[in-house]
Amino acid sequence: MASICFYFQVHQPLRLRHYTVFDKDNHYFDDYKNAFICRKVANKCYLPANRLLLDLIRRLDGRFKVAYSLTGVLLEQLQLYAPEVMSTFDALAETGCVEFLAETYYHSLSFLYSRDEFLEQVNKHTETIASLFGQKPRVFRNTELIYNNDLARLIESMGQFDAIISEGADHILGYRSPNFVYRPQNCSKLKLLLKNYALSDDIAFRFSNRAWSEWPLTAEKFARWISNVNGNGYVVNLFMDYETLGEHQWKDTGIFDFMGRLPYEILKHPDNNFKTPSEIVACYEPVGTVDVPHLISWADTERDLSAWLGNAMQSNAIYELYRLEKKIKTASDDKILTDWRRLQTSDHFYYMCTKYFADGDVHKYFNPYGSPYDSYINFMNVLDNLHNRCSGGAAGAVSRELSQSKNQHDLQTVN
Amino acid sequence: MLGWEFPPFISGGLGTACYGLTKAMDQLGIKVTFVLPALIRSEYVTHVKLLTPASMMSAGRLMKFGELKNVTFHAINSLLQPYSTPDVYQRQIEETLRLKQQNRGAAVSFVGGVDYSRDMAAEVRRYAAVAVELARNEVFDVVHAHDWMTYPAGIAVAAMSKKPLIVHVHSTEFDRSGEHVNQMIYDVERQGMHAAAKVIAVSYFTRSIIIGRYGVSGEKVEVVHNGVERSSNGGWSLDETGIKKDEKIVLFLGRITMQKGPEYFLAAAKKVLEVMDNVKFVMAGSGDMMHRAVEMAAGLGIGHKVLFTGFLRGEDVQKIYKMADLFVMPSVSEPFGIVPLEALDNDVPVIISKQSGVSEVLRHALKVDFWDVNEIANKIVAVLKYAPLKMTLRSYGNFEVRRLSWKDSAAKCLRIYEEALAAAYC
Repeated sequence: MASICFYFQVHQPLRLRHYTVFDKDNHYFDDYKNAFICRKVANKCYLPANRLLLDLIRRLDGRFKVAYSLTGVLLEQLQLYAPEVMSTFDALAETGCVEFLAETYYHSLSFLYSRDEFLEQVNKHTETIASLFGQKPRVFRNTELIYNNDLARLIESMGQFDAIISEGADHILGYRSPNFVYRPQNCSKLKLLLKNYALSDDIAFRFSNRAWSEWPLTAEKFARWISNVNGNGYVVNLFMDYETLGEHQWKDTGIFDFMGRLPYEILKHPDNNFKTPSEIVACYEPVGTVDVPHLISWADTERDLSAWLGNAMQSNAIYELYRLEKKIKTASDDKILTDWRRLQTSDHFYYMCTKYFADGDVHKYFNPYGSPYDSYINFMNVLDNLHNRCSGGAAGAVSRELSQSKNQHDLQTVN
Repeated sequence: MLGWEFPPFISGGLGTACYGLTKAMDQLGIKVTFVLPALIRSEYVTHVKLLTPASMMSAGRLMKFGELKNVTFHAINSLLQPYSTPDVYQRQIEETLRLKQQNRGAAVSFVGGVDYSRDMAAEVRRYAAVAVELARNEVFDVVHAHDWMTYPAGIAVAAMSKKPLIVHVHSTEFDRSGEHVNQMIYDVERQGMHAAAKVIAVSYFTRSIIIGRYGVSGEKVEVVHNGVERSSNGGWSLDETGIKKDEKIVLFLGRITMQKGPEYFLAAAKKVLEVMDNVKFVMAGSGDMMHRAVEMAAGLGIGHKVLFTGFLRGEDVQKIYKMADLFVMPSVSEPFGIVPLEALDNDVPVIISKQSGVSEVLRHALKVDFWDVNEIANKIVAVLKYAPLKMTLRSYGNFEVRRLSWKDSAAKCLRIYEEALAAAYC
């Protein structure tokens, strides 16, 4: 028996506009570019992919199921710039075959820096999903599948989640397979679903790679690989960015035809079925515990945090950002709070990554800046302005004030 | 190899490049005969003293020539004979040559009404004639000519010896003079490029000028980026400078000429000073826009924040790098630009213009359009304000510079020689 669990991550950051040290206004985001990209991705991916999956669910009479994690920043943009996508997600929600997952509303790294902020963002996200799609998420995924034992504990203690999702990285599983349900270390109820990165990446990264020995990947071939799992596991977690369909893998690579065929091919095998994460959790008991003392993620070959916190600029920028938390929250100005939270989106730090050489291609593709240095400068200029706003407009360089600050201990990285 | 300048007699990148390239070729075991208009000889010391600080003639500098086992130097003494005029005049001519003739108007004023261009043309022809004489007694496989002044000599030597000619373009008349090109120089450059079996450009930026402006076929033009000579920094402390420790220093280092964009540097300085106070701007170099730059600084009301040091060499350059927090090169048109590499080698982060060849090889540098004064100022402020930015640029930049060795450039040249030879004999 192999249950296939598709989960798609759907996210678009709010990109910053070019903001110099001479800019004084409070308008930080590039509305034109964000609208443009949102509409472009909607046309290339969200709309055709939603229609395709909706069609599959209907044709297969509910035997095809998927899960989504839609970030709050994406939902805001869709409502503004591509409302037609919202209605297709509504239609998907109404089929009863689609599950929506919980995450931080702002797709942030807040778990690493502020537990309070993290919990507020998770709650804001679950409430948003509940009000939009009428279901309260029961499964949690953290930004970029960043995970460790502490996160699992925290999520369990929230009392509203049955499971958490992470990367099935080799160095945490060892000889074990990601095709089972596990229990996080030190948790008694929460279950852990791990991404089968080999099969997921076959679709997400290798699908159109002509240098790959398995190219071209057909639905028949992929279904055969899935069926091979029978006897050696009972779930195949295929987790990937939704933009894989039509945006990372363009339409002319045949990705939509592949997705359109795949459920039929998989269901040809009588032991196979599709399940949502919650159904998996209800069906299967954990086969063992997984101990992850150190932070992992689903990014790059390292599966660590180096894409966001790998150099001095990234650590500095995020550290300075979370330093402002108290000031921001005491200012009790909704606009300031929202701007601060929008700056927490992990993409801002991803743009500052200097790991050019090995993972360069992927990083470059998603980067609106010419260089990581430009993105850091831009971010810090914005942050400086935000800081002035919440200190009552007092002029003065943030950096100098901060570097001289004595009480740095209260904002150390939590991990 | 035909060159025009060589350390310590340098005014800019050409001498540095010839030194770095020949040194690396020497290490690869390529035998190089380097023909120069003048070599440093004891009898020229009085003359030399007029040009450079006496300290520059220290034995250590000259010793460097001893390192080059496979390189022979030839000085064409006859060249200097026409200038047996008074010392002052001699210096002016020499200065003019060193500046590689910025533009005709300025050059005319230099030599006081003498038709410079005709004189220069005669000079270049004489150099060619003597080079041919010298070449008769030498054994070599290819002729490698650096920049336009040596092209006629290169053509002549190649014709005489029936060896392939390679011309190496370190800069073009369009870089030096914008659209106000000197027709004579352009013609010499064009002739040289067309006569050559291969043209070596120092960047893709320059390659496109060679193809677009000189009508040279693209398959003939190869790019060999410059390397950087890694320096060993001697012990030296900040106390010697007299500049306060809490003051940040932003450095412009290069000829103060139209090509290098000094006015953009000053305009950016003005903007920086609007938001930061503890900054000094140092302009190290000389050139035909020096006076205009001084006036402009005064006119902008930032005269007290801008220091002009004049032309710096050797140890003084090391000192200025030690002091600097940031190097800015707002060049309007820069075929390559070795100075940013030297700055990075000395742990100084750099802002370079996108209109430079060096921006093709550097990733860990901030890049700006030379005209975008606002953005230059924005980036200067950021580097001075955010320590992690400076740190990251410096450490990655320094690391990156280590990859750019003259050895690779020399090896590429060798490959081009082999291609030219193969083409010549088949």
